[in-house]
Amino acid sequence: MSHARAIEIEDLVVCRGGLEVLHGLSFGVTAGRVTGLLGPSGCGKTTLMRAIVGVQIVASGRIEVLGRPAGSPALRPRIGYVTQAPSVYGDLSVRENLRYFARVLGVERERIGAAIETVALGGQADQVVSSLSGGQSARVSLATALLGEPEVLVLDEPTVGLDPVLRRDLWATFRELAAAGTTLLVSSHVMEEAEHCDELLLMRDGDLLAVESPDALRERTGRHELDEAFLALIEKTEGEGA
Amino acid sequence: MSARITWATGLRVLTQLRRDPRTIALLLIVPPFLLTLLKGAFQQDPASFQRVGGPLVGLFPFSTMFVVTSITMLRERTTGTLERLMSLPLAKLDLLFGYGIAFAVLAVVQAGVTSAVAFGPLGLEVAGSTAAVVALAVGNALLGMSLGLFVSAFARTEFQAVQFMPAIVFPQLLLCGLFVPRDQMAGALRVISDTMPLTYAFEALNSVTTTGSLGSRGALDVAVIAGATLLLLAFGAVTLRRRTP
Repeated sequence: MSHARAIEIEDLVVCRGGLEVLHGLSFGVTAGRVTGLLGPSGCGKTTLMRAIVGVQIVASGRIEVLGRPAGSPALRPRIGYVTQAPSVYGDLSVRENLRYFARVLGVERERIGAAIETVALGGQADQVVSSLSGGQSARVSLATALLGEPEVLVLDEPTVGLDPVLRRDLWATFRELAAAGTTLLVSSHVMEEAEHCDELLLMRDGDLLAVESPDALRERTGRHELDEAFLALIEKTEGEGA
Repeated sequence: MSARITWATGLRVLTQLRRDPRTIALLLIVPPFLLTLLKGAFQQDPASFQRVGGPLVGLFPFSTMFVVTSITMLRERTTGTLERLMSLPLAKLDLLFGYGIAFAVLAVVQAGVTSAVAFGPLGLEVAGSTAAVVALAVGNALLGMSLGLFVSAFARTEFQAVQFMPAIVFPQLLLCGLFVPRDQMAGALRVISDTMPLTYAFEALNSVTTTGSLGSRGALDVAVIAGATLLLLAFGAVTLRRRTP
């Protein structure tokens, strides 16, 4: 496995509504791995992901994705981004949504069926998205991002509200994609999901608390459960700050 | 820009519209219904119906496409699909022209149905060809569409978007010359009416329906309609942001 950096960030500062929400983050995301972006809701995970995809106005700092500045036109076909709220057309069927995005991306129609299978929506392919459940619509949104087989996948809370079996299957899919060379950045506010990641970015209040593997985190904090380890880390940084 | 993406976008918008048969029914039934009411209202004054009816056939698509487009684009903004599209290899013009294809198709159908009723059972007669009226109606639909695309950027909710109809379309209808001939207007109103694109749409329709042809003045009107449409599309493109705060 290569250890090249797919995403490289230096001193990233983002302000929203007059407030600084990301306070100078620096880190790298290793290519071909699953990196988990974890932290409580409101800590800046979505803003960070938007900045990486290049849709967020940033105040200062450097973000490079696949060796190019984030937001470069050349990156658009190479990054897949799935927002937390499903961004697909509610009045189109699953297949019609995918057909449209496949045409925009210029990928073959065969990919549509494959993407539908990956998110296990074969039975609902001809159903209108607005008639699907929240979890199903989220999977349509995910399938859309898988169509172009992007080199980097940025997924904002893709497993929220899914049943455990499906969640397990999706994580298996993410592992397969990473094994095939895709770089995945997956956010979650549930620490137990950290288990599936090669590397963790732990965020709190717009700062990065740690960048390390789950095992390294366990070792450093002496806690086996990852949520306890996260808690220990917060207490430790707050202790240092006081 | 890519013909493939523009075309796909046009088809996508048409498929979305097809999923909403009630809206399509309203789009097709309301203009003939209003013309029927107008004919009834002018029962004692058939000449006025003849004078106003022809241009109205070509003006309906302007207001309907304005509303339909501003709501469709607002939905695209609020549901996050616009943000997704802006992160994909899609040019802003692909999106805008795709909308243009879809709403032009809808305008052809709407103007076709309206003129079939108006020039058939309602007995409306115009000096020019009905095909010219339909062609101008499609041009006006595209003008309404580009105005709707542009103003949708200033609406946060669908309530606001709907209110742009009386705020932006009605003044143009009142001052375009349909209700009061422009040479009878007070100087200031006349100047305002000169700046409104719908004035030129009305004048072009009026010369086709009264004299039978566009004439040189009408050609200028058509050029203004086309120019205003392109200008508004360019403004609309500026409001489509790849990066947002």
